[in-house]
Amino acid sequence: MPSLKDLKNRIESVKSTRKITKAMQMVAAAKLRRAQESAEASRPYAERFNAVMAGLAASVGGSDSAPKLLRGTGSDDVHLLVVMTAERGLCGGFNSNIAKLARVKAEELRGKGKTVKILTVGKKGRDALKRDFADLFVGHIDLSEVKRVGYTNAQDIAKDVLSRFDGAEFDVATIFYAKFVNVVTQIPTAQQVIPASFEDEAMGDDSDAVFDYEPSEEAILADLLPKGVATAIFSALLENGASEQGARMSAMDNATRNAGEMIDKLTIQFNRSRQAVITNELIEIISGAEAL
Amino acid sequence: MANTMQFDLVSPERSLASLEASAVQLPGADGDMTAMPDHAPTITTLRPGILKVEAPEGASEYLVTGGFAQINGDSLSVLAEKAIPVAEVTRSHLDDLIAEARASHEAAKESDDQTIVDDAAKLLADMEALGTHMSL
Repeated sequence: MPSLKDLKNRIESVKSTRKITKAMQMVAAAKLRRAQESAEASRPYAERFNAVMAGLAASVGGSDSAPKLLRGTGSDDVHLLVVMTAERGLCGGFNSNIAKLARVKAEELRGKGKTVKILTVGKKGRDALKRDFADLFVGHIDLSEVKRVGYTNAQDIAKDVLSRFDGAEFDVATIFYAKFVNVVTQIPTAQQVIPASFEDEAMGDDSDAVFDYEPSEEAILADLLPKGVATAIFSALLENGASEQGARMSAMDNATRNAGEMIDKLTIQFNRSRQAVITNELIEIISGAEAL
Repeated sequence: MANTMQFDLVSPERSLASLEASAVQLPGADGDMTAMPDHAPTITTLRPGILKVEAPEGASEYLVTGGFAQINGDSLSVLAEKAIPVAEVTRSHLDDLIAEARASHEAAKESDDQTIVDDAAKLLADMEALGTHMSL
């Protein structure tokens, strides 16, 4: 049976924990709004980009002269998994869900006899995968110094990935991130970026129009494909940002509620023991008086 | 014939402009071009330069650092990597861009591929020309 003082200390400590989780929840809520805004602001660009690329890819894609980024290297023996997670924990299952998806994929590919390489973005994913796949790591990109993810961050990651591709280090690249649905739902997603695939549904009604290309179709495609990788990574980073804050917000909401419940329970326990102590003292006094 | 067309300027980070324009002058990779309503459908890449928009409400100018433009008869979308309204551009902006271009030029010099070196040199020249052009 813990003493009254112990209980009091417990209650105080849970109370301050609740204050912290509450504050974290509110910070996450504010950050979530910002992250959502920037995710939405980036959407028009990504949509138009994909529409144009889908058109271009459809017209050039079939030919042998198509760039490697679109056509692939002709084999799929070496896979690069780009695992994008958060730099910070305390956000529910966010990081571990992404890591789990990547782990399943890596095991599956290894089972098929493919070579797997892993590039991690964000510290938490690296920590989660280190135990099983430390020997597969080819690099890590640290975003912990970045306050607000910008397109330049995506470009840096894309540059890293593309230089590895040019160096024939891998054949297929897949990015892992969590798609933001709402505050309680984030879907871990794997998306193949190299060779690039563009959904046809992204094409609008104007896809029938025959475009003039300046310079040539191939030159534009060669110019745009690397940007496509950066755009895909940028969208993923933003989705990830929103998902992280959403996950943290609901995790901290839960934590705050749990702390509240715990405080109630402890308070009841504290009051009961206090009363027990008082009753005890009374009994002692009374029995002492009777003995006289 | 319509005398305006829908003009959209978007960068990866945000949408900068969406308005009805009567003519847009683009810094195309193969030379400047002006798109007006009912222009033949064209897709062109852009070099760093100034993009001029003429709209019934008035003209505006943007600094773009590359990207591409999709011209339809009745709409024009410019997808710029980086776009800044000219009024907001300062010398330090430009210096950053020039420094960046110079760095990539230096990096490209190491490479054996002549086209990469030429591309980087052109980018640098474009950036510097931009500064002169804007008399900053």
